[in-house]
Amino acid sequence: MAKMSFENHIMKQFDEELEEIRTRLMEMGGKVEQQLQNAVRALIEGDSKLAEEVVSEDHRVDDMEVDIDEACILIIARRQPAASDLRLVMMVTKAVNDLERIGDEAKKIANHAIILAEQTGSSTGYPEVRHMGASVNRMLANALDAFARFDVEAAMSTIDEDKKIDQDYKTALRELATYMMEDPRSISRVINILWVIRSLERIGDHAKNLCEQIVFVVKGKDIRHQK
Amino acid sequence: MSPTDTTKPAKVAKKSPALKTSAAALNKAAAPNKAAAPKKTAASKKPKAAAAKKPRVMAAPKMSSSQSLDVDDHKVTVGKSFSDNAKMTMRNINVFYGDKQAIYDVNIDIAKNEVIAMIGPSGCGKSTFLRTLNRMNDTVEGCRVEGEICMDGEDLYAPKLDVVELRARVGMVFQKPNPFPKSIYENVAYGPKIHGLADTRVDLDEIVENSLRKASLWEEVKERLHQPGTGLSGGQQQRLCIARAIAVSPEVILMDEPCSALDPIATAKIEELIEELSQNFTIAIVTHSMQQAARVSHRTAYFHLGKLIEVNPTEQVFTMPEHQLTEAYITGRFG
Repeated sequence: MAKMSFENHIMKQFDEELEEIRTRLMEMGGKVEQQLQNAVRALIEGDSKLAEEVVSEDHRVDDMEVDIDEACILIIARRQPAASDLRLVMMVTKAVNDLERIGDEAKKIANHAIILAEQTGSSTGYPEVRHMGASVNRMLANALDAFARFDVEAAMSTIDEDKKIDQDYKTALRELATYMMEDPRSISRVINILWVIRSLERIGDHAKNLCEQIVFVVKGKDIRHQK
Repeated sequence: MSPTDTTKPAKVAKKSPALKTSAAALNKAAAPNKAAAPKKTAASKKPKAAAAKKPRVMAAPKMSSSQSLDVDDHKVTVGKSFSDNAKMTMRNINVFYGDKQAIYDVNIDIAKNEVIAMIGPSGCGKSTFLRTLNRMNDTVEGCRVEGEICMDGEDLYAPKLDVVELRARVGMVFQKPNPFPKSIYENVAYGPKIHGLADTRVDLDEIVENSLRKASLWEEVKERLHQPGTGLSGGQQQRLCIARAIAVSPEVILMDEPCSALDPIATAKIEELIEELSQNFTIAIVTHSMQQAARVSHRTAYFHLGKLIEVNPTEQVFTMPEHQLTEAYITGRFG
């Protein structure tokens, strides 16, 4: 089996630059993953201090996006990458965008966690958040693993996980609607939960985009928007 | 912040593969990757629970492919070598210099009004191949061409074919501008005169002006047509050579690294010109600049050690080449 490699350029510096953007994308992925975990935990445990931490850390994710984008632009300007190198650089610029959006969604979840922690009320919807939070977390972790290993099969099966998350999202919506009808006093609280679940579903979509980009890098095939 | 001012990843620093033009050396260079493979599979079996805390093990992506980086294994050109609208067809071309074989079994069509670029490392046979197209290799001692080369169905290597006439139909532009040591006017008028394309002085003037216009040189030289061509700048001289080639109304123009002696501005002018000329002519260009091939050509042919490895639409070759060797060359991994 032949391997695609981002090394062995005649210009050693080019190898290092490509390795650099890969490493930094992975760091950013790790950071975003942590933000998501903390946001969900803060909500479930009513830990507003942790939630505030997530909110205040979001700018670091933003900074990473800007830095990595800049490094990609420099590579394009300096090296005029072609073929797999070009696909990698393009992929990274798109992936940082998705990761940054995931970071934003995590921040939104943390903001809702702060609001929910201040209110008193039942834990309506929390099991749904915990369940979806875990699935989305796993999906994001799998997507990042697939990127680290450029594993197309893992990327494809991670894309499939998104269907499950979409389904869970719909089920949760139905359940929460029922709660609101049964107990109108809970409406304002459940609406917050709804937003959180919506954010989790969006994160699943971004993780899916990431996986589609992995397939693009390795296979050169654009599988976006295909049924 | 720049990617250059960070510390080297240790993994990269350790590797110093022998980068030579030979495919064998390339195979050796790939060996360290194989050595790293078991580590990766071990890492992937680890439980995923602690994924966020532990740094992910990065590895080279796997590509399912039966292609070999060893050129000796290469038998058939991949991609789209043939055309329904062929101007020139080449079948089973083998070229020898004495005992040494320079080209191995090349099959390709050149379509009407297309710009086809030949790329490949030095000594891969791309220039040799180009020169078979108008029998320039006839003048090289010990050079033997086997196979069939046809233009519009006519065999170019038929014994009764007039080679001088052939070279009027298949013009050529060389690496270094080589104007005749004559006036600008005479440089362009020479071909039409010897081929009897102009009956009167007025006709000849018209051919000269038209050719210089098509070569985007007219405005720059119309005031000094009778000064020596060698007095022009390098870029102007090269455009003069193109005007000279166009003057005899060729059907095909061969260009052998036409911009390698020119500065970027002159290069841009020639490239602009190639685009315009492709409206009326079929152009085959050999270039060492991959970016140039990417910019000007419609199809790109990749040669390696005398074999035609891949022919595909240019946009495909530079984004997702079909063959590993093409990939290695255009991404700058050997050559």
